[in-house]
Amino acid sequence: MVSVTGFAPRFARAAPTVVDINQGNFKPVPIAIPPFVPVTAEDAGVASEITQVITNNLRRSGLFAPIDPAAYIQKITDVDAVPQFDSWKVINAQALITGRVRREGSRVKADFRLWDVLAGQQLTGQQYNTTAENTRRLAHIISDAAYTRITGENGYFDSRVVFVDETGSKDKRVKRLAIMDQDGFGVRYLTRGDDLVLTPRFSPTTQEITYMSYGASDPRVYLLNIETGQREIVGNFPGMTFSPRFSPDGQRVIMSLAQGRNSNLFIMDLRSKSTTRLTDTPAIDTAPSFAPDGSRICFESDRGGSQQIYVMGGSGGAAQRISFGEGSYSTPVWSPKGDYIAFTKLGGGRFSIGIMKPDGSGERILTEGFHNEGPTFCPNGRVIMFFREAGGSGGPSLFTVDVSGRNEQRVQTPAFGSDPAWSPLLS
Amino acid sequence: MILGRAKFVVFLLASLAVAGCASKQIEEGAGLAGSAAPGSPQDFVVNVGDRVFFETDQTELTAQGRSTLDKQAQWLQQYNRYAFTIQGHADERGTREYNIALGARRAQSVREYLAARGVAPTRMRTISYGKERPVAVCDDISCWSQNRRAVTVLNAGGQS
Repeated sequence: MVSVTGFAPRFARAAPTVVDINQGNFKPVPIAIPPFVPVTAEDAGVASEITQVITNNLRRSGLFAPIDPAAYIQKITDVDAVPQFDSWKVINAQALITGRVRREGSRVKADFRLWDVLAGQQLTGQQYNTTAENTRRLAHIISDAAYTRITGENGYFDSRVVFVDETGSKDKRVKRLAIMDQDGFGVRYLTRGDDLVLTPRFSPTTQEITYMSYGASDPRVYLLNIETGQREIVGNFPGMTFSPRFSPDGQRVIMSLAQGRNSNLFIMDLRSKSTTRLTDTPAIDTAPSFAPDGSRICFESDRGGSQQIYVMGGSGGAAQRISFGEGSYSTPVWSPKGDYIAFTKLGGGRFSIGIMKPDGSGERILTEGFHNEGPTFCPNGRVIMFFREAGGSGGPSLFTVDVSGRNEQRVQTPAFGSDPAWSPLLS
Repeated sequence: MILGRAKFVVFLLASLAVAGCASKQIEEGAGLAGSAAPGSPQDFVVNVGDRVFFETDQTELTAQGRSTLDKQAQWLQQYNRYAFTIQGHADERGTREYNIALGARRAQSVREYLAARGVAPTRMRTISYGKERPVAVCDDISCWSQNRRAVTVLNAGGQS
């Protein structure tokens, strides 16, 4: 969709990563992002949009502090010329992004260069070529390139979020599946609201979603192709299936099946359609999530009396409880790097979002309040999205928080929003 | 005890109507009290009681719940033309997936009780709505306790 050409860094020396974002005393990197230069007057709108998207992405990440453009001294007009580093040093910029945009028919071409102001050198440079409707994606890809070069970690801006759009009063709520870019733009509805839909989750290919839907018969787990709109029921189970999630290879869906008083975990191979029981307990086992290498599964169970998080092998078997703090734990989800499990914690009438290591150690609460629920990791594991209810007759909103617990921010949605699930990187 | 419960029910209906959040069934029931034809769905809702309530995070029936279900079982055996669905619900103070399972368990508690009282299992279907269909909307226990419920809904197609 977006083609990329590397720029020979004309002025570069071998440069180290600029900052260490994992230091405790980390401060956001001051960065200057002067307006991308439109090649013709007609390109001004696109250039401005790209500049805005990059600026917003980097600011929202909490790792960058974009400098107020009013402070800029040099006006960038030639992207191929070396910037006047002194004029950017004076306003305390550590990094500088310059770029140029031109439209050719239905296509958009953009060049960008990332500069280390203090070292006076180019860190990276790329040229992108895409169709006009992908302009925002192009800006997300540039944002990722800058983020990666400066932090040394993969970015996450070129990604989407599927969530449940909620409208209407609380006792007559209409829920629709919706998808949007990670920054809240480009919302598109995937269902019409006729049926109650819950807990959408992305496939690793980002082309499919699995979710729970009510319909004419028992509520079921479904698959939805987000490009074609094709929809199918997952499996032929004797009862309600819910709480689905893809395996890391995308070939299987793990879910809960309610039978009698109990809910147990099952997995279905999407190609062979064969199903396998993974747990067999007189309990509620639900909210399963695979480790990124597929070797283990975390889930919640009340087999010990209250909801707690357990970990078992990737094909079932004995499970170890890993949550031992005060209160109960639910909705565990494994991080993309495998280093953490995020969860919802209930205690003292409060709902928190937290993370712990897969062995249960190192628990850290990231946000706490009346009702926070349903964490999902961004593709590099640095940011968690969740939903929050304030109580009363209102509805839920989406929020993000850094895994350090810093930088909590609301994600704008057209109406109420819940059950977010972050996609992997699109490219 | 019975008098006390009756008072409580009256209060509940009044407060629901004021809050504008009563379910359709309750509103219909309130308007038709006394005039419901024996054996009609209104009769079931008004004179028998279509729902039982649960304690926080519990799926065991309360004494009051068993009393209501005894009356339901008697009525359902008398008017055996009805098939019905038992809807299990949870309050909003739990996570989504768990509440779906919890609602399923509450519906199953009712199903097992009615079956033990002689109602044919073939007439019953269960469904859980988790926390998705509250009847009372506020952020305190007065609402949550009304939402932790299992409702016996007579299938319209079951009427002869």
